[in-house]
Amino acid sequence: MEKYAVFVPKLVTKRENFAPGHRACIGCGEALAVRLACKALGQRVIIANATGCMEIVSSQLPYTSWRVPWIHTLFENTAAVASGIGAGLKMMMKKGRIAQQEIRVVAMAGDGGTSDIGLQALSGALERGDDFLYICFDNEAYMNTGIQRSSATPYGASTTTSPAGKLSIGQVTWKKDMPAIAAAHDIPYVATACPSYPFDLMAKVAKGAATPGPAYVHILSPCPTGWRCATDLTVRIGRLAVETGIFPLYEVENGKYRLNFDFPKLRPVTDYMKLQGRFRHLSEDVINRIQERVNAEYTKLKEKAHEGRG
Amino acid sequence: MTKPEGMLTWKDLNIGSIVAEPGNASQYQTGDWRSQRPIFDSRKCIKCGICYIFCPEGCIEQNAEGYFEANLFYCKGCGICARECWAKAITIVPEEE
Amino acid sequence: MAKGVGIEVSLAVAEAAKLANVDAVAAYPITPQTHIVEHLAELVANGELDAAYIPVESEHSAMSACLGASAVGARTFTATAGQGLELMHEVLYVASSMRLPVVMAVANRALSAPLSVWGDHSDVMAVRDTGWIQIFVENGQEAVDNVLCAFRIGEDPRVLLPVMIHLDGFHLSHMIEPIVFPEQSEVDKFIPPFQHPLPLHPDRPVTMGAFAPPIIYSEAKKAQEVNLEASRGIILQCWDEFGKTFKRYYSPVECYHSDDAKVLLLTLGSFSETAMTAIDKMRGEGKSVGVIRLRLWRPFPFAEIRQAVRNTEVLIVLDRAISFGGPGGPVCSEVRSALYGEDKKPKVIGFVGGLGGRDVTPAGFEEIINKGIEISKRGSDREFEIFGVRE
Repeated sequence: MEKYAVFVPKLVTKRENFAPGHRACIGCGEALAVRLACKALGQRVIIANATGCMEIVSSQLPYTSWRVPWIHTLFENTAAVASGIGAGLKMMMKKGRIAQQEIRVVAMAGDGGTSDIGLQALSGALERGDDFLYICFDNEAYMNTGIQRSSATPYGASTTTSPAGKLSIGQVTWKKDMPAIAAAHDIPYVATACPSYPFDLMAKVAKGAATPGPAYVHILSPCPTGWRCATDLTVRIGRLAVETGIFPLYEVENGKYRLNFDFPKLRPVTDYMKLQGRFRHLSEDVINRIQERVNAEYTKLKEKAHEGRG
Repeated sequence: MTKPEGMLTWKDLNIGSIVAEPGNASQYQTGDWRSQRPIFDSRKCIKCGICYIFCPEGCIEQNAEGYFEANLFYCKGCGICARECWAKAITIVPEEE
Repeated sequence: MAKGVGIEVSLAVAEAAKLANVDAVAAYPITPQTHIVEHLAELVANGELDAAYIPVESEHSAMSACLGASAVGARTFTATAGQGLELMHEVLYVASSMRLPVVMAVANRALSAPLSVWGDHSDVMAVRDTGWIQIFVENGQEAVDNVLCAFRIGEDPRVLLPVMIHLDGFHLSHMIEPIVFPEQSEVDKFIPPFQHPLPLHPDRPVTMGAFAPPIIYSEAKKAQEVNLEASRGIILQCWDEFGKTFKRYYSPVECYHSDDAKVLLLTLGSFSETAMTAIDKMRGEGKSVGVIRLRLWRPFPFAEIRQAVRNTEVLIVLDRAISFGGPGGPVCSEVRSALYGEDKKPKVIGFVGGLGGRDVTPAGFEEIINKGIEISKRGSDREFEIFGVRE
């Protein structure tokens, strides 16, 4: 991993392929993540995007925020559209109808469009070994339609369809482990990333795009609107997600796990959760359960990573 | 300049409603959303660019002297830049009328 | 020299896609179209067809992959039937409104429940409004010819719309028929290369699929409707050219003894050839009957229908699908609507038959015509008749 260097402008392209003027919420972590991903992807890409926050805020007729070729069709078929784009490009180049060149195919979708409705299409594309990068921008709920739960919503979070109430603690299931599902398809590259670690994110997106075959990058996208926090805390909360072990940053390269950031001691989950209104109803009991689970999962991950170093 | 949507006729639309002007959303002003704005102090700015990296709008730019400041046409006033600035060179003040 | 072979119609359809030199095929199996995608797989595996073969995991993904391939400018083909056509329902609307000229062969199949793999038109009738150009074929030769025309029509820069070729499941798809295949060189001349005007490519970034607030949506739909209507002229042009080149002519409504017939039957698909046998027999007995066969389903051939029935007194429409709780036969209700404003129009009697693969024999057609004539005289308290159901 590159060390942080002071002179950011020297390391990163100035070009904004995700142009300002988009209609994302104030302080949107997903918009930040998309902006950074676009810096890593460059010009020679074609992006297939699912219905969701980023699609809506960036493409209201007659405007577009996209300065690279971009297609949105439906909600659950991003990976299938990406497969088609890849196949079409391959044949057009083979038959000499467009010049031979490198054009990376990238699929972008939210957590709903990936781990719920889009899971089938994603699984199909990964199994076929299609050459593309799939990026899941995970804001942990169906945010665009007003904060409904998805299978990526964390245990105990309150959403409109898993609300905290007299009989409910909010979401009663644990967050679906999408990176593990992607890795189970035996693809060459899987990674988790967070915009609070921008250079790590950009390096992973670039690596995923450059990997032949399917690659999957899962990006935590803090959402002040849905997570109920102040708009200036987006980057801070993302950092805390990593520092508490709730969202560890790791890569799985050809089946070998590598933990990118480890900490001598993880911060308690309360540091992360107390900043967010979606957790404020939780009892100490539930929080302890969450802390235990995070500890257990993190230990398992470290074991996998340790095996990877062989 | 893109024609405003209320004036587009069916003949104005491209085939399949394709938008062929990349990035024309940059004509859309989001700066009037904000209720607070960042003030950049160039005396404290160390030109690290962290504010530029963390802006969700991508509207922070270097001026002629190389100091960073937000383009107020787009700035939504989230305050991330002020929160993350290493040199504490950015303050958030309420938007005035 | 064009050669004639005896070949199963499904395989012939695959051969037609091969002649058209498709670039990408999305494949998912479903009875009774499976032989089409199987044969395409064979052709690709043996190097006879140079195309990307995408074995998708559902029909929804099949049409989605076709969208992606077409959006970069690749010639794209797929096939489906029944449940598969329904599963990709929402994607069909996207293909036409985003003007992506995918060509799809549909082996028409009945819809569940109860499960039926056999042929009828219920799958077709459910996708009437999707904005695709839709053509019915009656035999294997027509299937091959119209798959070739579909690429030329759909990819025409003045059209740029997806095209469905409807062939009856099993009744047509699984029949071995004598078919003449044009030479590759002739096809290459007939179908120009596909050139999307604004494809996805980094050299010229475009945004496809932006969303439309209420203030723009209607304009987008009007543009789509105008375009589908305008495709009519190009379809006729294409069929005209095809006839001149290959000596087989197609028209939106095919007429058989319709000029002087007092009673006309209207059919679609493989019904038509059987109906013509019945017509021959009845005419031999001195009855004034004829049959018109609908080939172009969308855009609907208003002028041709009105022209074909201008001299007749009774028009009996035989649908192969049922619209529950409503007009019964979807085609019948559209034909009625097309004739409503005419000063002189025949009585229109609606029949629904052949559902779920049930055969209608020449004797059956005779019965339908006779019953239709009877109803035209005494009227009926029913909106439509279902033919051949055991009471």
